[in-house]
Formats: sequence, C-alpha cells, structure tokens
Amino acid sequence: MTVPAIEADAVGKRFGRRAAWALRDCSFRLPAGRVCAVVGPNGAGKSTLLAITAGLLAPTEGTVAVLGTDPATARPRVGFVDQDKPLYPQLTVAETLRMGADLNPGRWDADTAQRVVAGGDLDPRKRIRALSGGQRTRVALALALGKRPELLLLDEPMADLDPLARHELMGTLMGQAAAHGTTIVMSSHVVAELEDSCDHLLLIGGGRVRLAGEIDDLLAAHTRVSAPAGTELAPHDVVESRTTGRQLSALVRPAGPLPGDWRTGAPSLEELVLSYLRNPGAPAPAPAPETTEAAA
Amino acid sequence: MVDYRIDRHSGVATYVQIVQQTKQALRLGMLAPGDKLPTAREVVEATAVNPNTVLKAYRELEREGLVEARRGLGTFVRRSLGAAPADSPLRAELDGWASRAREAGLEREDVAALFTAVLETHYPAPSPGPAHPKTLQGDPS
Repeated sequence: MTVPAIEADAVGKRFGRRAAWALRDCSFRLPAGRVCAVVGPNGAGKSTLLAITAGLLAPTEGTVAVLGTDPATARPRVGFVDQDKPLYPQLTVAETLRMGADLNPGRWDADTAQRVVAGGDLDPRKRIRALSGGQRTRVALALALGKRPELLLLDEPMADLDPLARHELMGTLMGQAAAHGTTIVMSSHVVAELEDSCDHLLLIGGGRVRLAGEIDDLLAAHTRVSAPAGTELAPHDVVESRTTGRQLSALVRPAGPLPGDWRTGAPSLEELVLSYLRNPGAPAPAPAPETTEAAA
Repeated sequence: MVDYRIDRHSGVATYVQIVQQTKQALRLGMLAPGDKLPTAREVVEATAVNPNTVLKAYRELEREGLVEARRGLGTFVRRSLGAAPADSPLRAELDGWASRAREAGLEREDVAALFTAVLETHYPAPSPGPAHPKTLQGDPS
C-alpha cells in the first residue's frame, strides 16, 4: 500500500484573527506519482495551499500529511518553487547551483540541474540579479530538480517563460516524473497549459476544494447536454444550465442513464473547470471512491 | 524510430494520437519488427505530455499485439501492419499516377476527391468504431 504524496484533512488558513479565510475546509488526497494541476482564479488560495504543503506556512486548522509525515519533516524530500522564485541576487548562477549541492548532500543531481540551466543559454558567471524573470525561473527549477525531490511543488512555474522554454521545461518535468516517479503539483490559472501534462486535478475556488480527482474520471463523470427549454434535469446533478430561446444547455453529473432524446457530449477540461468556477453554488461531487488506498 | 507530434487542438485524445502515429509508421515501414519504440521518458521530454498517456498508448498497442514490452529493455515492435511499405511497387504506381494527375492539371482537392471515390468503391466504409469521448467534443446542440 503506497503512502499518498499529500493528504489534507479540513485544512484552513487565515492571516490574522479577524481576516477572511484564505483557505477553508480543504480535504483531498493525492496519490504518489501523479502530476497534479492546481487550478483556480487569482486569490483562490492556491499559493496558500502550496506554501502549507511545503511547510512554509502553518495551517490555522486541520492537518496536512506530506509523503506520510508532517510537512516540516518531509522538507528534505520536497522541492518547492515559489511564485516569486526567491534566490540570492548577489550570487552567480554557478554559485547558486553549488549552494544547492552543499545544502543537499548525498542527493544532489548535478547533471539534471546543469541541464536545466544549460537549456537557457545562461552564462554561469552571471549574477542572479542580472537575469530576466524567465532565466530566474530556470535557475529556481534547476535548484528544485537538483534536489531530486519525491514531491515537487510549483507555484505558477511557467508564468514568465516564453512558449519554447515552457514546452522544453514541461518536457523536463515530465521526464523526471517518467524516470523517477516524482509526484508533481503545479498551479496555474491557465487550464489549457496543463491539460496534456497533468493527470490529476485540484480545483480551488473561494478558498475551498471544488473538484479533486483523476482528470479522466472527472471528465467521464460529467456530460454536456442540450434539450428543449423547460426540460426537467433532475435527478441529475446540475453544475450549470442556461436557456437560450427554445433550447436548454447544461453541464450535468448524470445520476443514471440520460433520456435518449437529449443530445450529449463530453466536456473538455477547460469547460469543466469554467463551469464550476462560474457557478460557486454548484454541488461538489462526492469524493471519488478511493480504491484500496482508502483503507490506508 | 518514430517521432510523435501531438496536436492539442485536433480533438483526438493524446494517447490515440500516439497509437495512430505508431500504426502509421508501421504501415509505412518506418518501424519494423524488432525495432524499439522510444522510451516513455524520451517521448514525454520531447512532447511534454503526461507519462501515463504514453504508457496508456503503449499498452493499447500491446493489447493489439503490435508491440511487446520487455522488462527492463523497452517496448519492441512485434509485427508490421498492412502491406504498403514506403518502397512498395504499389506506392510507386500511385506516385506515378499522382504525377500524371498533376500534369493533367488536377488540383489537390480534385485528386483527393478522385482517390476517395475510388477508395469508396473498393473498400466499403468502415463501421464507426467505439468513439473516444474526446472525439465528441464540440457543442452538442
């Protein structure tokens, strides 16, 4: 029985006693070896959740287990690339990598770190402060990958990269997952960017988990239907519905077979995500029945 | 060797694209029995798709008896597909025919229409197979 990469139980976070909750009642389980997209609008709580998982923030309530232990203990086995890519501006690229090697004795993968940096045509003698945002991202990713983490947490990793670098680095990340079974969690508000690379989804909206699970399962559980206006959609769960003239279009979670005269189609990941985000009141699906792992 | 190209906007599931491109390479003789398919790592580094997608495609090819996975070694082609390798006499004839069609002033679309018409006469349309959900994308209305 494998230990899940992340298991969050009713995690909540607010910054200050009178502040609003940045994250509330957040429960999910991410099996090891998955590539998980954390998706949601700006301010939804994605960064807060990642920082808690990385052990940099303590949750106000609830608990999160990382690689079977608490986030602080798991830290040597976790790579984290923050949205702001904090690096020492006065160090050179080469010095930064040497620091990575010194800080991770016994597990530093110099080849991988070197390869990530080399792809960017970076002068190793250049100081971090003189690098562009995209180059800095490269160095931060090199540091995180060099650590050979079992879990890699990336907060908006691709935001300031050009399309070519994005594709190349995403390829490098997938290569890590394929070669070492690394669990990767990456946040973005651009769903299309993640669709082909991720197999697991965590949709966060308004500080809560709206959807969590394998992307294939989530897509298979939803159907887009169109039927004459006024059609009763019950007993199926309706995520979104609207009527245009004589026609009703909806995204539903079928509770059983759909009537044969409804026209149906499979939603794309982006449609699914947008439908949930447009409808904050839509019912969250019951957590997917976990396989044997649930007994862990 | 086969180089996979993933079209994100084709509406065809990514793993199906990998299966189709492998079969195409088998049909054209670009892959022959005994050849090794690229490793999942090589494919994902080049395409940035999820490793499980590649493994799913390889499993599908294995299920169809086209390839076999050898533990620790990789995935190898077991048998070829079709009888139309790139250098067959049939291809040469078709090539000659296409040159003549071009000389006769036929446009690309004319040739395609003609070819499809002849194809239809000799090969009845295949029954629609089990469509993958992704192929049904688009507004159902």
